[in-house]
Amino acid sequence: MEVNVGASDMQRQPSFLTSRLNEAIGWARKFSIFQYPFVTACCGMEYMATACSHYDVDRFGAGFPRFSPRQADVLFVVGTISHKMAPVLKRIHDQMAEPKWVVAFGVCTCTGGFYDNYATVMGIDTIMPVDVYIPGCPPRPEMVLDGLIKLQQKIQDQHASGVRPAPEARPAILEG
Amino acid sequence: MSPSEPIEAVQGQFADAVRSSHAWRGDATVVLHKESLVEVARYLKEDPALRMNFLMDLTAVDYSTYGKKPALGFFSSSGVGVRSPAQIPDPDPWPGPPGPERFAVVYHFYSTAHKHRLRLVVPVEESDASVDSLAGLWPGANWLEREAWDMFGIEFRGHPDLERILMYEGFEGHPLRKDYPVNKRQPLIGPVN
Repeated sequence: MEVNVGASDMQRQPSFLTSRLNEAIGWARKFSIFQYPFVTACCGMEYMATACSHYDVDRFGAGFPRFSPRQADVLFVVGTISHKMAPVLKRIHDQMAEPKWVVAFGVCTCTGGFYDNYATVMGIDTIMPVDVYIPGCPPRPEMVLDGLIKLQQKIQDQHASGVRPAPEARPAILEG
Repeated sequence: MSPSEPIEAVQGQFADAVRSSHAWRGDATVVLHKESLVEVARYLKEDPALRMNFLMDLTAVDYSTYGKKPALGFFSSSGVGVRSPAQIPDPDPWPGPPGPERFAVVYHFYSTAHKHRLRLVVPVEESDASVDSLAGLWPGANWLEREAWDMFGIEFRGHPDLERILMYEGFEGHPLRKDYPVNKRQPLIGPVN
């Protein structure tokens, strides 16, 4: 009979109880998202439409924006990011406590959008990892909610498996 | 006041300062020698008949590629050019660039008392890209001149604090100059893309 079972061995062979607990934590976490809205441009109007009563992100447990990165789980980057703004955004991201996720809201944050000039960051994934991309100029609230549900699935999967899902790949058509 | 009356007032007062003038499509415009900008501007502001108390806009134009390089039509990706073909007669054609100089600094004045406008255009050489600052007369000129310095590299002599206003510290060049490479990127963090 094996008596000397280290903690690392137990982690490698999760018991029934711990895996259910992780799933419960994941379930709780995905429905209590505190978001940090980093709103810089016109996408902010669509963000507000999503947040208000017609679409109501509170139905998905994400109705509580926090304007301190220390208290936020998800960074919503909403609107064009300029090269001058990029260090500020990076610092906000660095200040958020783990676990944290990033949503690129609108095509400017996904790829730079129709901007291709001296001033604009060509997609925030050049400076930080992005979990969910919501394209659109601006995206409809339905798309935002779809992206939010996708993010919730990732949060749930992360806690069930203990492995953070790889960030979404940038669409291949945008490379090169 | 008709568009031509402010022009006539300036011409009557400063005959030597005015290079040319027009009122194309109702916009009164006076092209000045740059040495006399401040005295004309002070006259516009302080003369009781003119009282141009509002500097609406201050910007610059780079004419270095004007007429040399065909501009892309606004909807060029669809193959539809928006430039008017030469066959269409234009009874009132645009007077053209104000002079042979590379840059022109453009000032738009408005009188909230008399409800009239005047545009001053000051052609500026590339070798001496500088004009006198109007920040002492219109405090609003302060930031507008900083923007023109940032984007076009035109120096405003006598400006209290001529720093970049839009681009960041360490940015090299002036991005709205026509010789700024269209693909040049200077990110603060992250890759060049």
